Amino acid sequence: MADWEIVIGLEIHAQLATKSKIFSGSATAYGAPPNSQANLVDLAYPGVLPVLNAEAVRMAVKFGLAVGARVAHRSVFARKNYFYPDLPKGYQISQYELPIVAGGTLQIVLDDGAVKTVGITRAHLEEDAGKSLHEGLANASGIDLNRAGTPLLEIVSEPDMRSAKEAVAYMKKVHTLVRYLEICDGNMQEGSFRCDANVSVRPKGREKFGTRAEIKNLNSFRFVEKAIQYEVARQIELIDSGGSVVQETRLYDSDKHETRSMRSKEEANDYRYFPDPDLLPVELDEQFIESVRGTLPELPDQKAARFAKDFGLSPYDAGVLSASRELGAYFEATVAILGAAHAKLAANWVMGEVSSALNRDNLDISASRVSPQELSGLLLRIVDATISGKIAKEVFETMWAQQKPADAIIEASGLKQITDSGAIESVIDAVIAANPKQLADYRSGKDKLFGFFVGQVMKATGGKANPAQLNELLKAKLGS
Amino acid sequence: MSLTRQDVEKIAHLARLSITEEEMPGYVGSLSSIVSFVDDLSRMQTGDVEPMAHPLEGQHQRLRADVVTESDNHEKYQAIAPSIASGLYVVPRVIE
Amino acid sequence: MLHNLSVGELAERLNARQISSVELTRHYLARIDRFGATLNALISLTAERALADAAQADLRLARGERGPLLGIPIIHKDIFCTDGVRTSCGSRMLDNFIAPYDATVVTRLKEAGVVMLGKANMDEFAMGSSNETSYYGPVRNPWNTRKVPGGSSGGSAAAAAARLAPLTTGTDTGGSIRQPAALTGITGVKPTYGRVSRYGMIAFASSLDQAGVFARSVADAAPALQAMAGFDARDSTSVDVPVPDYTAGLQKPLKGLKIGILREFFEGLEARNAALIHDALKVYQELGAQTLEVSLPHLPASVPTYYVVAPAECSSNLSRFDGVRYGYRCENPKDLMDLYKRSRGEGFGAEVKRRIMTGTYVLSAGYFDAYYLKAQKVRRLITDDFRAAFTQVDLLIGPTTPTPAFDIGAKIDDPVTMYLNDIYTIGANLAGLPGMSLPCGFVDGLPMGLQLIGPHFSEDRLLCAGHGYQSATDWHTRAPKGYE
Repeated sequence: MADWEIVIGLEIHAQLATKSKIFSGSATAYGAPPNSQANLVDLAYPGVLPVLNAEAVRMAVKFGLAVGARVAHRSVFARKNYFYPDLPKGYQISQYELPIVAGGTLQIVLDDGAVKTVGITRAHLEEDAGKSLHEGLANASGIDLNRAGTPLLEIVSEPDMRSAKEAVAYMKKVHTLVRYLEICDGNMQEGSFRCDANVSVRPKGREKFGTRAEIKNLNSFRFVEKAIQYEVARQIELIDSGGSVVQETRLYDSDKHETRSMRSKEEANDYRYFPDPDLLPVELDEQFIESVRGTLPELPDQKAARFAKDFGLSPYDAGVLSASRELGAYFEATVAILGAAHAKLAANWVMGEVSSALNRDNLDISASRVSPQELSGLLLRIVDATISGKIAKEVFETMWAQQKPADAIIEASGLKQITDSGAIESVIDAVIAANPKQLADYRSGKDKLFGFFVGQVMKATGGKANPAQLNELLKAKLGS
Repeated sequence: MSLTRQDVEKIAHLARLSITEEEMPGYVGSLSSIVSFVDDLSRMQTGDVEPMAHPLEGQHQRLRADVVTESDNHEKYQAIAPSIASGLYVVPRVIE
Repeated sequence: MLHNLSVGELAERLNARQISSVELTRHYLARIDRFGATLNALISLTAERALADAAQADLRLARGERGPLLGIPIIHKDIFCTDGVRTSCGSRMLDNFIAPYDATVVTRLKEAGVVMLGKANMDEFAMGSSNETSYYGPVRNPWNTRKVPGGSSGGSAAAAAARLAPLTTGTDTGGSIRQPAALTGITGVKPTYGRVSRYGMIAFASSLDQAGVFARSVADAAPALQAMAGFDARDSTSVDVPVPDYTAGLQKPLKGLKIGILREFFEGLEARNAALIHDALKVYQELGAQTLEVSLPHLPASVPTYYVVAPAECSSNLSRFDGVRYGYRCENPKDLMDLYKRSRGEGFGAEVKRRIMTGTYVLSAGYFDAYYLKAQKVRRLITDDFRAAFTQVDLLIGPTTPTPAFDIGAKIDDPVTMYLNDIYTIGANLAGLPGMSLPCGFVDGLPMGLQLIGPHFSEDRLLCAGHGYQSATDWHTRAPKGYE
């Protein structure tokens, strides 16, 4: 493996979150009954014509600006000709030689904290195809054209990634960005965000790229990683045993954890691209582009940089908290109440307890059962030492389950931290009295038994003794 | 410029057209004749003039507001479909 | 006889309530009944619907509504989608296709009050110059039923010439209105590309197709064009330019009009044809126009250019015909590939298949640059030639066809010979220019046409020039024997 270099490029298809389709006024909502959102244009009836959705253009421009790309003043729609039942016209309206966005970059942060720049070759607008369904139809397939005509932004990266992990980091970054920009809901289960990976290997040091295979329709970060890993191993083994990689399209089988060649694409497709004569060139002036620029929100990188600077967070933590606008907003709202001095505390809790609870209950941050106000209410009780951090975790769980504020729960369960030195001392005395052997052992040099005494005091106080005070007092009492 | 039978078979396949044995020589002949006819074009000097995709110069694509204007008409549209099952268009099995 | 009255005269009588639309409609339905089978000009007859629509028109008239087309019968080329009525495009592929919507052209004419008698026969998918490729059999020229009427709008032209309707619609991609108009002795108008909406007009070659009208005079055609023209938001190639009052503009004097004689059109032109054009030129000179010779040096390349561009676009436009959602489906397809190949192989006729394959070939990898890209470059050169010519003249004049109508079956075996029929008309389509054919005389007892071509959106001047010619001549009043 040390001799080989992995080369990966990703093609991401993001469904744009417009209300209507790219070339027709049909609705784009997910989950409608079959063919209830397919009009004459989507069904490719004779005589129908496409008309371009302004919002799809705006969204593509937004993306282009966000990645620092060139937004084309003139772009052209082209027909990609091939026959498939989910493609009613027998061609897909896409963009070929003159895409709406060209160039651009995205920064990705790797696990070790290193930052890498991935190039974006282009992003173009095209229409999505329908769906083929096979269940319940013997030897036949049923075609649902609701999805046909939904706008897609196809984002093509340079072949800059060198490992499956880098590919996943890039894919996650794009996912974050399109959600920030509110141009795509990023719902991979529903197919709003799909990825094809172009994978090849070459001996380290060689300039020429190896032959690549394209793995299609990967719809989760995990699958992308696993599929690439499998494919790389497959290609290396193939080459090592004297064979050569065939340029082909492959599918990832998530049950068998392997990629396999797509039977129907054995022959190379000649798409016979030519400019679509039913559509005129799209012309965008500086004024239009600047008006879109004005609608850009604070981008993930900008937010992460701001969090790191204003709140002293590590780049990694800042990155995690800015992974979605909603998460960032939640964090900021918490800090606003708590105070910037305690930003790190807030960060730890948002990335920790809050995220765990969300994952466990399969909820999005926007559906969090504890609001930023409620969270900061809880964290304030740590800050003012009413409760310990450990107790706070229990309180949090109860807040989540019962949707009650922290104070009410602390009061009701009598969980207030014991900060009365006298009270702590009495408990320490009682524990020492009850454990003469351990006392003797400790005093004869077994320092580790300090923890035993701490534990016993905590047990006796139901975990409520203030840990700092406990340590001080216990040290004094155990003395020597 | 003559097209071979293989050329025509390949084109017919790309275009999803069935051509019978009897028809094949006719198509090879007529397509060869047509291609020869248009072949002169490929030799014309055109300099570096821009290809013209539309006769309307100076026109550009109009943008449509993002509004849903259509409602569910699938019953009407499917009334003339060759094969429907549960609202789906039925075709022989699509192999992926 | 009612069918010899002009549209203007019919409208007057309808407006004056001297005749009803129902009466008029019955009159034409009777003619269709009498002559329809001989000419084979119609694919579908919509008699009941026509009478119902005529009754509606009469109600509108009774309520005091007035209009140049209110209650006037029309036949639509079977390429325009008509809601609830078969729209076959002359093909087995759409023999069972009942359109679920109206083309914009149909809607606009309906709003103006026309009464649709039926759908006209045409070359299959508008591909042809003789109306011999129709699944429904050839159309016959009323001037001589052994001869073709021209194509692809052969049915529309024959019907108008035979007075089966005062107005018929057609489409022109390479000459499919002008050429049949010339061969049947009537007036045919092809507007500027983008002037009339293509929505609902089954696409052949998207950057060349335009809808237009057949009539027995320019004065008759003007109100029809008026109703058809105008911006349509559903067609991205539709141009938002105001539509002038074509009828009001007809009477403008032609003094000072500069007419260009296209040198390339007269090279090799048969003597009697040339003589008719020269006679027409004299008429224009007498009307005060000036004539001068202009040259469009790249024009001879227009036919091969067209036969790369049009097939390329149609090969893609016709991919939607696959037996899945509507139209012809082969029996017992054994798999998906078989469904596609046999539905399309059996549903399409030979000329359509030839053009689809030609188009597929010129767009395919390795050939795209040499053919398609090259053709689009030549297209620009041709367009530039026209533009240069129009800096010197207002209109161009020439013949519409090289010969009068030929025998049915004479040219059908060699596609290239057939293609050369379009030699005079194709240039205007490539450049998107408006063009018109007017009857200008006879050769061997068969009508010949004179073609006028104008710059973009000069329909008003074109119609005016046509009307001027028709005010000074009577070729357009001649009727084929037996159809008077």
